[in-house]
Amino acid sequence: MKHLLTTTVNGEQVQEAVSPRTSLADFLREDMGLTGTHLGCEMGACGACLVLMDGAPVHACLVLAVQAEGCTVETIEGLTETGAAADLQARFHDRNALQCGYCTNGMLMSAQALLAANPDPSRDEIRDALSGNYCRCTGYEAIVDAIAATASDRAALPETKAEAAE
Amino acid sequence: MTMHIGQAARRENARRHLAGRGRFVSDLALPRMLHAVFVRSPMARGRIFEIDTSEASACPGVVRIFTAAELNARCTPWIGTLGHFAGMQSPPMNILAEDEVLWTGHPVAMVLARSRAEAEDAAELVMLDIEDAEPVTDGAAALRPGAPLANPAARDNLCYEAVLETADVDAAFAGAAHVVEASMTFGRHTAVTLEPRAVIADFDASSGALTVHHGTQTPYQFQDVYSRHFGLPEGKVRVIAPDVGGSFGMKLHVYNEEMGAVAASLILGRPVRYVADRLESFLSDIHARDHIVQGRMALDAEGTILAMEVNDLTQVGAISAYPRTSAAEGNQVIRLMGAPYRMSDYRGRLSVAFQNKVQTSQYRAVGHPIACAVTEALVERAAEATGLDPFEIRARNLIADDAYPHVSATGYQFEKLSHQACLAKLHEMMEPDALRAEHASLRKQGIYRGFGIASFVEITNPGAAFYGVGGARISAQDGAVVRMMPSGDIHCAISVTEQGQGTETIIAQVVADQLGVTPERVSVTTGDTATTPSGGATWACRGAGIGGETALRAGRRLRDRILTLAGALVQADPASLRLENGAVVDATGAARITLEEIGRIATYRPDTLPDGIDHSLTVAHHFAPTGYPFDFTNGIQGSLVEVDVETGLVRILKHWVVEDCGRIINPLLVDEQIRGGVVQGLGPAFFEECQYDADGQLTNGSLADYLVPMACEMPDIEIAHIETPTGDTILGAKGVGEAGTAAAGAAAMNAVNDALRPFGARLTQTPMTPLRILDALDAAREERTDP
Repeated sequence: MKHLLTTTVNGEQVQEAVSPRTSLADFLREDMGLTGTHLGCEMGACGACLVLMDGAPVHACLVLAVQAEGCTVETIEGLTETGAAADLQARFHDRNALQCGYCTNGMLMSAQALLAANPDPSRDEIRDALSGNYCRCTGYEAIVDAIAATASDRAALPETKAEAAE
Repeated sequence: MTMHIGQAARRENARRHLAGRGRFVSDLALPRMLHAVFVRSPMARGRIFEIDTSEASACPGVVRIFTAAELNARCTPWIGTLGHFAGMQSPPMNILAEDEVLWTGHPVAMVLARSRAEAEDAAELVMLDIEDAEPVTDGAAALRPGAPLANPAARDNLCYEAVLETADVDAAFAGAAHVVEASMTFGRHTAVTLEPRAVIADFDASSGALTVHHGTQTPYQFQDVYSRHFGLPEGKVRVIAPDVGGSFGMKLHVYNEEMGAVAASLILGRPVRYVADRLESFLSDIHARDHIVQGRMALDAEGTILAMEVNDLTQVGAISAYPRTSAAEGNQVIRLMGAPYRMSDYRGRLSVAFQNKVQTSQYRAVGHPIACAVTEALVERAAEATGLDPFEIRARNLIADDAYPHVSATGYQFEKLSHQACLAKLHEMMEPDALRAEHASLRKQGIYRGFGIASFVEITNPGAAFYGVGGARISAQDGAVVRMMPSGDIHCAISVTEQGQGTETIIAQVVADQLGVTPERVSVTTGDTATTPSGGATWACRGAGIGGETALRAGRRLRDRILTLAGALVQADPASLRLENGAVVDATGAARITLEEIGRIATYRPDTLPDGIDHSLTVAHHFAPTGYPFDFTNGIQGSLVEVDVETGLVRILKHWVVEDCGRIINPLLVDEQIRGGVVQGLGPAFFEECQYDADGQLTNGSLADYLVPMACEMPDIEIAHIETPTGDTILGAKGVGEAGTAAAGAAAMNAVNDALRPFGARLTQTPMTPLRILDALDAAREERTDP
């Protein structure tokens, strides 16, 4: 029996019939065509499927689609369109903080959440915040560099812009 | 004019990934597509009596369930041997187990349904009646006389053996002042690419064409495999590798599941998708390493290395992997031993043993980490035995920078390496005297730190000596088609592939420099057998060296073509013209005509060209390496660790790399290849291990149980370069992708053992888990109290 789900995805209200067992990740990827959310382990260990649900990062593989009822969900596609993480994405690009690109969505989500909570993180704090994000390609240092550089950039912004960036 | 080779250009294609617009096979859905799920053997070894699919077949959404009888008939079996590995055996393998199951996870049935979830539901209802048999789970026991067979179709459990020796090795040991020994064990680990293996096979019966969307490094190799094993004309097989979420050697082997997807699509005439879940990745992706090595090293009284002798037991699966075999790893282990050192005598013995575990094969830095760790552990023991400092003993024994060309005791030919310069540079970066002083003072506070170093060579730019000579249909050459578009922009289609290394970026840089344009004007296409010329693609560190040279030569041929045409257009001798800043310039540097104008005339107004002039602005060029069989690179790594002797936990504080990959095309990308490689070396040194119980069950097949290196455990990695271009090519580039992995674990093990030196404890097994460190401390304590 399918459930009629009403939720907001990347600012658009959507209504879709979903099976109760469908994960949010499968719903986003298969029903919404939002394939920027990746699946790496389907058990909440690798971080490739992180999305923002009501502003907080969640593993879309561990959340059922029906749990998103009435929530706002933001994926990498939405974050890109609003420009909210444009500076972070630019720093990742400058620093080559991605190779195959499969973990990148999750890295950006974790980084965005970290910088919102702690605008001036140390390198250790950045590494700690990425403790649930697996990357096989980079060795992490470039990712840490890119996030640290974004933090400095945002600190140097006039306050109003810094708030807008959040 | 600015040269783009050597510039730290960013990757254009990274922008798509940052925007969530990557295009991976696992993202793709085709009309009428079916989802495949495999029913797998729950035991490591057994005989199939019955597979009952009746209940499963009745499940909603299920379209078909295949067992071996139907599916295997569509595919000729594959055999993972190579002709130049004399005496090697491997029984044939086909998609689904026929009578015998040979490892836990061996596919026995294939369920096809409209959704993955429905296929999984049905797979649970397939009833298997398999009689348990005793599995072979220990390579040493497997080789004893009378051992049960891991694979009943094999003669015995010895897949391959080889001996490599010089004439005077025994005399060298007999006359040695010091002989040091080590017995070492290197755990089995696996690639754990973040995107699992993924394939969609799409057979169109109306045209007879098979298109396979395949997350692989080597589309041409699979075009050939699918063509031959499924009896299709090569021209009817297209393999497309779009974005690939990590590969590292793992995605270039033939797997039962991918072959199954193709076979099912051929039978059903519908697209068939298979994407491994994480447990399936652990149970079916190739595993790597799994060695037991005994090594010894002979030295004279001054600490000069005279000889090495090594026995390597490589423990593989129940078959040898296809088409690259499971023996190349061990073969490289025995050939790379002692490679950085001036050493005249050597004996290496290799035994490759079948077991009832997942097949093993080539993974990043094939054989290198094992050879490096054994050699460097022996050098470290030699330093202790002779009272020499670790830097000093290496300084005395590394092949001198002015002593090339050099042939190693194992027969490798080195064109020109820079071990001494690398050692000196590492010394400067690490400041070992300061570290030692600091460690001595920290020890008084109960803090145990140590550092270790490890020299290495890396095999790159392989020619046909790797596989071609053994009969494998694996291309040693690459091809590029470079064309100028009517706008004057350039397009390059090339056979080397991209998995995030930056292949497309460096190819654009190389082509841009040949044609006097910026890399932004060069678009690059890779990864599709229908749109790029045939070639070996990206493996064994050949993308930059061989792919780059292919692009360079193709670019130069197009340059000559453009200049000839320009000469006719501007009435000048083409030899007096060159390409610069998007235009043809003369000897004075004055622009005579832009590429855009040439493109316009050649495309839209060829009627205005002089009669008979060739206005085709497309060239194809293929390049195969010549000269040395491989272009070796070299370098040295350093590791700094702190060991908590109460808990056995290790903090990796810092890692250093000095690397010489010849001409650096893009320093940003080179450094990130090294960093990523180092972390793939540190992972198996400290965390990663596929753990099996005595029944051959993999007991840690999830990302919660199998530990991979994460951000908080990894150190910052400082990198320096020496540049010794190869003279084999115009470009002078060698590979770099495996250098980090080659020596990181060796340096780390030496560092841990340096930290444990005050206790007389020593690690000889990877991964160096807290438990193994505590065991080593206990063993040393017992030895002290009960000598």
